[in-house]
Amino acid sequence: MELAREIAVWACIVGGSVFCVIGGIGLLRMPDFYTRSHAASITDTLGATLILVGLALVAGPGLIAVKLFFVLFLIYVTSPTAAHALVKAAYSSGLDAPDVEEGSRLKGHLSDDGGPGDG
Amino acid sequence: MSRSLVLFAHLLIVWLLLSGHYDPTLITYGVLSSIGVVALVAHLGILDDEALPVHMGIRPFFYVPWLLKEVVLANLAVAKVILDPRLPIHPRILRIRVGQKTHVGQVIHANSITLTPGTITLDVRDGHFLVHALTTDSAEGLLSGEMDRRVSHLEANGARREARRKSGQEGSA
Repeated sequence: MELAREIAVWACIVGGSVFCVIGGIGLLRMPDFYTRSHAASITDTLGATLILVGLALVAGPGLIAVKLFFVLFLIYVTSPTAAHALVKAAYSSGLDAPDVEEGSRLKGHLSDDGGPGDG
Repeated sequence: MSRSLVLFAHLLIVWLLLSGHYDPTLITYGVLSSIGVVALVAHLGILDDEALPVHMGIRPFFYVPWLLKEVVLANLAVAKVILDPRLPIHPRILRIRVGQKTHVGQVIHANSITLTPGTITLDVRDGHFLVHALTTDSAEGLLSGEMDRRVSHLEANGARREARRKSGQEGSA
């Protein structure tokens, strides 16, 4: 039982760290500001979630785990808000962006023109 | 009145969970500060559907697990794109129609889109969002409209109430 918990803890923490590193790699590899913020959101979501869940498993059931879930909830509400504020500021101040396409017209036609890497 | 009680109960529960001390003096402090916050919020007149969306009932408990599943799947997809040597991205900005009637619903929808890696909400207007999508897959997921349907279901009672309030105002004017 103790062993199983230990394995789950390390799987979560190592997994979370791996996703944080992948987010960092994406941040470096992506070509422009908007695509980079997509990579950053990996660190915010799955990276942070797995690490906090791992820490909660270390703490065991109790108030500490509850507080860690409060932290997780806070991250889930604030990190999209921050990401939105950043990209909206960039977009409205005219940073190079793809043209706006009408979603209703594209529906079902996306895979026709979806060639890799033209951004 | 019932809204005040709901807010009071939530504040007290959060206070108890954060404090972790359960002797009479500290619990009294918690009760008093919860009453203080409820009085302040009621005095400011911001105790409405937006501050405390009680009309959603237990629906968020069904929405959140679905959202978490979507977030995990999108994370794996974007992680795969990042690690792919060819970096197969196709960034585009899409204007999508959304069905949410209340501000709470729009905020939840926009926040859920941004939380999911691969899509970021750029702008929110009544009736449509501007969304930046990283890959063709994430754009397709967005256009399928499943999130829109689920959030509309989440706010359904609130939207009805909002419509009633609006028609009431027009009637009296």
